Amino acid sequence: MDAIKFILRRLATMMLTLLLVSALIFLIINLPQGDYLSNQIAELRSTGQESGMAEVEFLRREYALDRSLPEQYLIWLGLWPGPHGFSGIIQGDFGWSFEFNKPVSEVVGGAMWLTIVVNLVAVLFVYAMALPLGVLAAAKSRTWIDYVTSFVGYLGLATPNFLLAIILFYYGNKHFDIPIGGLMAPQFEGQPLTIEKIKSVLLHLVVPTFVIGTAGAAAMMQRLRANMLDELNKPYVTTAWAKGVPPVKLLSKYPLRVAFNPFVADIGNLIPSLISGSVLVSVVLGLQTIGPALLAALKSQDHFLAGFVLLFVAFLTLIGTMVSDILLVILDPRIRFGARER
Amino acid sequence: MSTLPDGRYIDDAPYNPDEEALQLDHPELDAPGRVLIWRRFKKHKLGLISGVFLLLSYLLLPFVGFIAPYTATERNADHLYAPPQSVSFMHDGEFIGPHIYETVAKMDLESFQWVYEEDPDRPAKLEFFCEGSEYRMFGLIKSTRHLFCAPGDSTIFLFGADRLGRDVFSRILYGAQLSLTVGLIGICVSFFLGIGFGSIAGYFGGRADWTINRLIEILRSLPELPLWLALSAAVPSHWGPVAVFFIISLILGLLDWPGLARAVRAKFLSLREEEYVQAAEMMGAKPTRIIARHMLPNFSSHLIASAMLSIPAMILGETALSFLGLGLRAPAVSWGVMLNDAQNLAAIEIYPWTAIPMLPIMLVVLAFNFLGDGLRDSLDPYQT
Repeated sequence: MDAIKFILRRLATMMLTLLLVSALIFLIINLPQGDYLSNQIAELRSTGQESGMAEVEFLRREYALDRSLPEQYLIWLGLWPGPHGFSGIIQGDFGWSFEFNKPVSEVVGGAMWLTIVVNLVAVLFVYAMALPLGVLAAAKSRTWIDYVTSFVGYLGLATPNFLLAIILFYYGNKHFDIPIGGLMAPQFEGQPLTIEKIKSVLLHLVVPTFVIGTAGAAAMMQRLRANMLDELNKPYVTTAWAKGVPPVKLLSKYPLRVAFNPFVADIGNLIPSLISGSVLVSVVLGLQTIGPALLAALKSQDHFLAGFVLLFVAFLTLIGTMVSDILLVILDPRIRFGARER
Repeated sequence: MSTLPDGRYIDDAPYNPDEEALQLDHPELDAPGRVLIWRRFKKHKLGLISGVFLLLSYLLLPFVGFIAPYTATERNADHLYAPPQSVSFMHDGEFIGPHIYETVAKMDLESFQWVYEEDPDRPAKLEFFCEGSEYRMFGLIKSTRHLFCAPGDSTIFLFGADRLGRDVFSRILYGAQLSLTVGLIGICVSFFLGIGFGSIAGYFGGRADWTINRLIEILRSLPELPLWLALSAAVPSHWGPVAVFFIISLILGLLDWPGLARAVRAKFLSLREEEYVQAAEMMGAKPTRIIARHMLPNFSSHLIASAMLSIPAMILGETALSFLGLGLRAPAVSWGVMLNDAQNLAAIEIYPWTAIPMLPIMLVVLAFNFLGDGLRDSLDPYQT
């Protein structure tokens, strides 16, 4: 019961945070002088094409861009009735992308799912790498395994993501025949999901996942290693050794359990950096996630598109943080009881 | 030594019966804090080397014009995409001092590229302290002296030339001026905000604490790069390079402070209960004085260590922004702007040296990380 209560409370805070974040994002996308439409009006005027003006003016009124900023915000969010059926984000109407001349939902529709897939795979990769390597580095501390893993980790931390991506792509293609660019082979685009398509997507995901995940995995591994080392020095571990518990069982049964908590709690810190990385890497490698759409939208001040993508990205991170909090509550009874006392 | 009247000997040295009790348990720890920190830090070899490397790099920044053989914008139209040249000392088995070989450009009619071949018969000795193109030392004093340059018409491209025939080596040196300082300015902004908000939250508590905490949570839960992108997209395109540089470093710092503020706040919450803070309060010191004079110095070293660890993120951030074309722009030279040339696979395949600016970035970021780690480990001198 307590867990459900906690989850409900956590959901409510997330909604509130999301509301504040949406205001912040709206503020940021309205920072630049003017907007896409007023730029276009100026351009049409200067080139003397008065005929296009009517359409631009129509769009302007249709999406309430001629009103005051607070009003625009409420309409965009969907808390205020917009003109002629523009119902706002809460009701599933994400607005119009002026740059692509399509509704925003059409522009980012497929990209949203691919973004989730890419980030999910990256999170899994981080855990799959960090967990065994961190434990190994702690158990064999001050041996070559320890040094090699921390060296690779430092390199991953220090190399600019985008260059690492390009270089790995180049060598991956040259030596291992890993396909370049995109998230799937061109013939699968727009096709229904088949085994072949999934295979193609997975093959294309190898390099991006590695690039996005390395830095996060390195940081996570270091932390797990430090926590494990703290635990390994405690008397109960010595006792277990003395009793002759086999190493794998010894490590996984006691110290790992204690050291595991911060590991789960870290998702909250990990996800924002993963998403940052995925945006950058997607732009460089031409993955069809929302990264390239965001960049294009920001450059041309296409503000419904930019606003929606930013909001979506923030939403993903908040969901990730919430999942980690809930996992933590299920995993660790101490936190559960702490929640009850309040 | 003297003799008493009854014939016993007695030591003249002054005797203090409490001496033993007054003696320190660890005389080696009886030194000012910074001496202790330095003693421990010296043992962290990697951190020490990184520190020296960074110090040297920053000290050299005003003199890059002198060290670089060319200026950042000097074009050599005959040597577009010229490959790196190496300096050698021996020619035909004889020592003739540092020299390079002159290159001859040929058009490859199959791939339609210029191919540069070294002529092994024509060594060109390097000149030192020679006249070259004009630059400003410290940004003020005009000068034409360069540390070294190629004689006559020959060229010296240590790291090759880029697509406009500009020397990559010289541009890396000039780029360091912006790339290395962007992090420093960013960290100043971040420090100002982080310490400000953190100390208000930790010292006053209550409603201020709650508000600031929510703000920190919101900012920490957002991915940095998309926000950086959005903010830098708002920078008007007609601004000059200097203004853009300052606004970009401001943006980098603007999103970095929550982590610092959280650390400051946690520390303040515990320091707040210390006796000396209460004593200062009772003597009527104002909050600003208590915060600045009594509490902050207590963990200034922790702050410095955490600064060292967050500068690399800003340097990488600037690189990423410039690389995507939303950060510093073309007339300005930074490592990110230079990497713009290495944006596609073709460039990496045919002109791999355009990606060389990656090396200084990695070196600097690693150095900051090691230095920060070393400082953090040596901050607590009483811990064994």
